[in-house]
Amino acid sequence: MTTLDEAGIAAEPDPGTRKLSTAKAIQEAIAGEMRTSDDVFVMGEDVGSYGGIFSSTTGLIDEFGPGRIRDTPISETAFIGMGIGAAVEGMRPIIELMFVDFFGVCMDQIYNHMAKIHFFSGGNVRVPMVLMTATGGGYSDGGQHSQSLWGTFAHLPGMKVVVPSTPYDAKGLMTAAIRSDDPVVYMFHKGVMGLPWMKKNPRSIGPVPQQRYEVPIGKARVAREGKDVTIVTLSLSVHHALDVAENLAGEGIDVEVIDLRSVVPLDRETIQASVAKTRRLIVVDEDYESFGLSGEVIASMTIADPTLCSYAARVCVPDVPLPYARDLEYAVLPTPARIELAVREAVS
Amino acid sequence: MTPHPSLPAEVRLDLYRTMVLIRTYEEAILGEYHADKSPGFDIGAGLIPGEMHLSAGQEPVAAGICAHLSADDAVTAAHRPHHLAIAHGVDLRPMTAEIFGRTTGLGRGRGGHMHLFDPATHFSCSGIVAEGLPPALGQGFAFQQRGSDRVAVAVAGEGAANQGAFHEALNLAALWKLPVVFVIEDNDWGISVPRDASTSVPSNAERAAAYGMPGARVEGNAVEEVWEAAGLAVERAREGGGPTLLEVHTLRLWGHFEGDAQAYRPGLDVVADQDPIPVYRDELLAAEVLTPADDARIREAAGGRVADAIAYAKESPVPAAADALDYVFVEGARS
Ligand SMILES: Cc1ncc(C[n+]2csc(CCOP(=O)(O)OP(=O)(O)O)c2C)c(N)n1
Repeated sequence: MTTLDEAGIAAEPDPGTRKLSTAKAIQEAIAGEMRTSDDVFVMGEDVGSYGGIFSSTTGLIDEFGPGRIRDTPISETAFIGMGIGAAVEGMRPIIELMFVDFFGVCMDQIYNHMAKIHFFSGGNVRVPMVLMTATGGGYSDGGQHSQSLWGTFAHLPGMKVVVPSTPYDAKGLMTAAIRSDDPVVYMFHKGVMGLPWMKKNPRSIGPVPQQRYEVPIGKARVAREGKDVTIVTLSLSVHHALDVAENLAGEGIDVEVIDLRSVVPLDRETIQASVAKTRRLIVVDEDYESFGLSGEVIASMTIADPTLCSYAARVCVPDVPLPYARDLEYAVLPTPARIELAVREAVS
Repeated sequence: MTPHPSLPAEVRLDLYRTMVLIRTYEEAILGEYHADKSPGFDIGAGLIPGEMHLSAGQEPVAAGICAHLSADDAVTAAHRPHHLAIAHGVDLRPMTAEIFGRTTGLGRGRGGHMHLFDPATHFSCSGIVAEGLPPALGQGFAFQQRGSDRVAVAVAGEGAANQGAFHEALNLAALWKLPVVFVIEDNDWGISVPRDASTSVPSNAERAAAYGMPGARVEGNAVEEVWEAAGLAVERAREGGGPTLLEVHTLRLWGHFEGDAQAYRPGLDVVADQDPIPVYRDELLAAEVLTPADDARIREAAGGRVADAIAYAKESPVPAAADALDYVFVEGARS
């Protein structure tokens, strides 16, 4: 992008001490890119005066106006398709569809168009668009508003799938997503946004640098080093895994936690390096268990080196829609209790 | 509102009773919903967690339409389903138990407030905008194939009328003359987006012409006018005349969901004056169809039914975590 201020593309800077919520970090990334390029715009349901149901666009309409922060009708096929068309013409749309659960109504535009145009054109046409949405459960919103589904998008080729867990990553990954010439599905878990009306996750507010920076898409983060067991996970489950790791440290169980940060590309090297050290792999995933991320991670480790793992397990949503009633929902979510049990089994 | 001399007093009272029952119910749910979410509103806390979309102000739509239906007819609602469920006669006890996430609920605690399914009254709803419309076609098709005069009523908001499923459903229903009545509740808002910022025509009734079916719009949120227009549409469907699109200009008195501060919606205080229930009560009082004593009795009866349903829900057991994997299939397929 020639319009970008090259000096603004700092590789990951020091986080400093200023703290933001994840929601605020996302807004800041969008605003930063919108200031540098008129091609960047936001479109979606309730992104304007409401500021996004999960506060992903709060305040942006005040600075950029309703022309560039555009509320849409509930016409997902039309406005997501429109994002594709604008991207094909070189604009950099950020399209939001509130909940990932709603994508069924417009999936064709996503997996047959947004994700395939670059391929079909033999690499001649780019679709530099960001499709942003909320994921995750844990607050009894029922089976049409609580899914994670990153495995679905990851399974269909042609789109990058980014899933931040911290405010720092949320800003840097959003900046990278906007600048990416590929279509990027950017999925934030409601539980990491730092929303005032949700159960507080202490790590949903954290240090975020003022300047613009990219967190490269496709590079996992070792969120905690350990030597006994590797937990590979993403999103809210990173925080659960870190909590469990801290608890178990007192008992001499040393857990390494890998935050994937993106599902596509999947940073298999970082996982492999960790498992080579710990020999025990647990994948924690708030998406459904079968045919998804956990199977992919475990399979790719086994294929890379059949002797790598002495132990593999997964803690996911068993193959059932997310139930409404609290006790049922928490029985199927990858809770800290389930993660802790899995770690204990791994080291026993 | 123009009085309908043809409307028997008993029908008018029934319409009023239904509206009062709905409002009484939703006020009680509202109280329960907020009771244990403080300090600091936490959407996931309390006896009723999750999102809560209430329909205060939209009672005339539900009462006016469902008055023409029996439990044999189908109703599909959207994410704001209670008024329609109540007007269609869904049993308050299991409905409430579902909203409280109990084993005695319509969905044994699996579905929650946006996913109410009642085979006894052929009632269903969906949290995905406009996606409750196509299934109504199938219910209508089943009624048609089996030679009955039953109808399916598919209800959605004016926001939903901009979604693909709405247009596909209208075309197909008209093409195959399915016994379906499409109802659009135009409450002016799709969450924070006003109708004139989302819809290219002032009235969705106009869109009916594009699909070759009659369209009608009822202004003023008046229950008797809804009743009249719905009567024609339902009769037409029962007689094999095919679908109708009926839009009612109604009113969302409260937020999109509970906890919605509605900063995007100026002039809220004006809205309260238009509350259709006191408006209708005054009209019935003036026409001497209703006396203040009747009114008190109607309210008391509604209060009793609602209190019973809520007590039933609260006394019912919560589902056991060990049963979380049930009901994915009728017969087990899990490996
Ligand atoms: C396919 C889909 N897109 C978006 C949403 C989010 N959403 C839920 S309700 C709503 C507004 C609906 O407005 P309207 O149809 O007018 O009904 P109302 O809420 O006014 O009753 C939106 C955008 C959804 N649930 N499903």
